[in-house]
Amino acid sequence: MKPAWFDYYAPRTLEEALRILAEAGHDGKVLAGGQSLVPMLNFRIVNPTVIVDINRIEALNHLDIAADTLTIGALVRHADLLGNSRLREGWPLLAEATTQVAHPAIRNRGTVCGSVAHNDPAAEHPSVLVTLDGTVIIAGPSGRRELPAEQFFTGMLSNALDPGEMVMEVHYPRPSAGTGAAFVEFARRLGDFAIAGAAAILTMRDDVCERARLTIVGMGDGPFRARAAEDALMGRRLSADDGHDAFAEAAEKVIAAVQPAEDVHASSAYRRHLAGVMAVRALEAALSRAGGR
Amino acid sequence: MLEDVKLAREQRISVTVNGKVHEKIVPVRLSLADFIRDHLHLTGTHLGCEHGVCGACTIEMNGRSARSCLTLAVQADGAEIVTIEGLRAPDGKRHPMQQAFHEHFALQCGYCTPGMLITAIELLRNNPNPNEQEVREALSGNLCRCTGYQAIVTAVLAVARGQSAGAM
Repeated sequence: MKPAWFDYYAPRTLEEALRILAEAGHDGKVLAGGQSLVPMLNFRIVNPTVIVDINRIEALNHLDIAADTLTIGALVRHADLLGNSRLREGWPLLAEATTQVAHPAIRNRGTVCGSVAHNDPAAEHPSVLVTLDGTVIIAGPSGRRELPAEQFFTGMLSNALDPGEMVMEVHYPRPSAGTGAAFVEFARRLGDFAIAGAAAILTMRDDVCERARLTIVGMGDGPFRARAAEDALMGRRLSADDGHDAFAEAAEKVIAAVQPAEDVHASSAYRRHLAGVMAVRALEAALSRAGGR
Repeated sequence: MLEDVKLAREQRISVTVNGKVHEKIVPVRLSLADFIRDHLHLTGTHLGCEHGVCGACTIEMNGRSARSCLTLAVQADGAEIVTIEGLRAPDGKRHPMQQAFHEHFALQCGYCTPGMLITAIELLRNNPNPNEQEVREALSGNLCRCTGYQAIVTAVLAVARGQSAGAM
């Protein structure tokens, strides 16, 4: 349970970090909060020969709340998001999800961008970013590029970063007025990796659903966007009375679409069942919080 | 080349632990937990799982709790660290949380206790008057295989309510 040898760099600027990463290529790994990377080093699941510790790059430690966009830099910890009332008002889905990330000591060190880059299928932040139509800002040897969240996540623990690149920021557009949001997850123990979860946002006008987004957590490959369920909800009347049928129908579409893996924690069938339950709970909570009704 | 920013496989670090500055040369792959235990001989910090799940190695780093098994010693260069050895007052009096654990039988084998104490103290700093659910949530990342948690939760609530002899 000790890491193998690596060369350790602690640059003070992004330019330096990128220079080292470019030279290291496939052998390099960025260390930010270390709450996923260090366990993998300890287990020797990954053995990078170059570790680039970005913790001393102060320019990456910024959280900016603008009129239309929230920007989270690569060194912002989960704990930095909690207790920020402006963030909670503008991006309640992100705030609610962050309270469910692991445990206090992990939230103190782990970063939002690190969780996004790691893309654990059971993690909260990748699904939140997809649900909110977020953008990943990537820095690399040939400059900066942006990718929509859905294009960034490419499969189990995988992302669209090329060797030498790193996640510099994530951007979240501000949800429109009348939007209700909810993040729910189910775990055996509070703070454990979720067996299943769901992120939902509903934008309502005159009791009619103008826009629905639903992402299922913990289903194998990473964030699973339940498009069929979203389509079934959009344009529907969703009052307290007839929301229930629509949500049950959406859950059926989720259950039909997800392909969860089986492991020691849960069978595939149980996970599929939970995906439907989580979808309904998230949608019901989102509807109760939405305006425009 | 990169020699200007590359650090050798051993690096000199300066870390303040329980108010005392330590300057040591450490391997870059050494965990903060192993540094505290094997290099500073402060063996009150315990190592359970070594991958961030059990919480036994939780210490305070720059005012926030952290898993010392998931932090490299080199990352603590310049940091202020508090371990269980730093909880007692200079006159030897137990920290109120230690006193409450003692009074409420909140430990049996004691393996999880250092991490429990650091976590519980941080909870009351951020939320001085938590309810039982909030205490259980805050402690959810610290595994105890002896007590069943009830006595630990009771101890933390007693400190919050000023009902322990050593209340904060």
